[in-house]
Amino acid sequence: MFSRWLERNIKYVFPLPAVLFVLLMMVFPIAYTFRLSFYEWSMSSLVPPAWVGVENYKTLLFSDPRFMASLWRTFSFTISAVAVETVLGVGIALLFNQDFKGKNALKTLFLLPMIATPVAIGLVWMLIYEPNIGFANKVLQFLHIPPLLWLASPHQVLASLVVVDVWQWTPMIALVVLAGLSSLPTEPYEAAMVDGASRWQVLTKITLPLLQPTILVAVLLRSIDALKTFDIIYAMTAGGPDFNSETINIYSFVQGFSYFHLGMTSSLLMIFFVIVLGMSMLLVTARKRWGA
Amino acid sequence: MAKRKDPVRFLQRLLLVAVVLAFLFPFFWMILASFKTQQQILSPNNVFVFEPTFQNYLDVFQQYSFMKFIFNSFIIAAASTILSLVLGLPAAYSIARYHQNKLGMTILIARIVPGITFLIPWFIIFSKLSLVDSYTSMILSHMLVGLPFIVWIMVSYFENIPSELEESARVDGCTIQGAFWRIVLPISGPGIITSSIFSFVFSWNNFMFSLVLSGQKTETLPIAVFSFLSYSSINWGGLMAAAVVITLPVLILALFAQKYIISGLTAGAVKG
Repeated sequence: MFSRWLERNIKYVFPLPAVLFVLLMMVFPIAYTFRLSFYEWSMSSLVPPAWVGVENYKTLLFSDPRFMASLWRTFSFTISAVAVETVLGVGIALLFNQDFKGKNALKTLFLLPMIATPVAIGLVWMLIYEPNIGFANKVLQFLHIPPLLWLASPHQVLASLVVVDVWQWTPMIALVVLAGLSSLPTEPYEAAMVDGASRWQVLTKITLPLLQPTILVAVLLRSIDALKTFDIIYAMTAGGPDFNSETINIYSFVQGFSYFHLGMTSSLLMIFFVIVLGMSMLLVTARKRWGA
Repeated sequence: MAKRKDPVRFLQRLLLVAVVLAFLFPFFWMILASFKTQQQILSPNNVFVFEPTFQNYLDVFQQYSFMKFIFNSFIIAAASTILSLVLGLPAAYSIARYHQNKLGMTILIARIVPGITFLIPWFIIFSKLSLVDSYTSMILSHMLVGLPFIVWIMVSYFENIPSELEESARVDGCTIQGAFWRIVLPISGPGIITSSIFSFVFSWNNFMFSLVLSGQKTETLPIAVFSFLSYSSINWGGLMAAAVVITLPVLILALFAQKYIISGLTAGAVKG
């Protein structure tokens, strides 16, 4: 009896537990945060949330220099990290694009940076960047370049973090592009061989144009994640020195869980959400247009 | 195509090996430093030649009771993965078979929305329910990363299973749920392994959710190692030994399951 009933309603019963989870743990929290963004509340049990309308948004957008600074910092971090990762990633994917012994082993070793625990990796990079004993300055010394302060310098900290992000995520772009490379059609290459095209011509006239959709999707995917980078930055600098590496995600976390300005944090997160959502829409459009 | 004795290709491979070695350098540095005393780390001489010590590892386990954090991390990662599979597999199957694309998209929102957006309401509600620093809240929050990933990978996996397989089972009198349990799941092994590995690793690595929702009782490895930093002077050797203890299981898992890992990492990106 039950199994007949189950079979008839399977398309409702099967997803039901997951749907309940999604409603309780995702949809409801987003709605809650949205609502809270119009209130002022510091999680006090004595003082209830006070309705302030769009005041939080106004404050953030027009009179919070720390927010604006973190917004631009997030973009500059994302753009520079993803740009370097794309160039390196595509280059490395092209190097990988041949058959040789040990290719899979090499590929596996290469992807380790992106699955290693980010906090632990952050600590390793802190040791590498340490101005007095770190390896980074040893390399500079070897090259006869004066030592840098890296994470301790307000001007170098963001670039230093970009380097860590590049180390962590170049493998992802490379692997995605490599997968794209292996699914390219062979006819254009055969035609090019017949015409006696040089390697450089094949690369710039055939491979890269054909790869464009794959690269674009990889770039957008990576950008969405880069905007939200948290672990590495929070573990290594917590936004410092003097907020010079404070991205929106770090700023929201500090506003929320250090200052407990929950209303303000919620408005911040809604703005952040819209930005990430915009980026994701771009991704969906790109996929539709190029069918990648 | 000419494969052998091609000097350009040989140089390419050489360059590739050099690049991969450069990317592995931080791991090498971490392991090296984990066998050094603080004095050896601080000294500018003999960077590569030194007398190794195991003291850092002994400290990590004896002085800082890392066994407890390993236990917490393991329990939370395993439980959130198993629960995500229980919820995610039937949902993914239903999304794939009945083209419930809206549901699929909704679950993917978790990948897009900044994690703190969930964290604020959770923190408020879990505080009210006295569930902060409980395995329940830790497992539920970690499922938010694991479940969407499992659904994401498994939907495309199930879509590629030819429906004739199930139809022939149906002809033999099998119910849909029976076919799912006896035919579809057993041949989906690789997909289930891939997505489980990722769900486990995401939970093992999770920092942000644990930072807010864990406490004395449920402290996980990333939080434990992070709190090392707040000691007045950094004990680099101990820190690196702790970093090795955290990352090693993940790295070993990756080496063993390499073919699954690579397909998992590119699955969503290339198709999706």
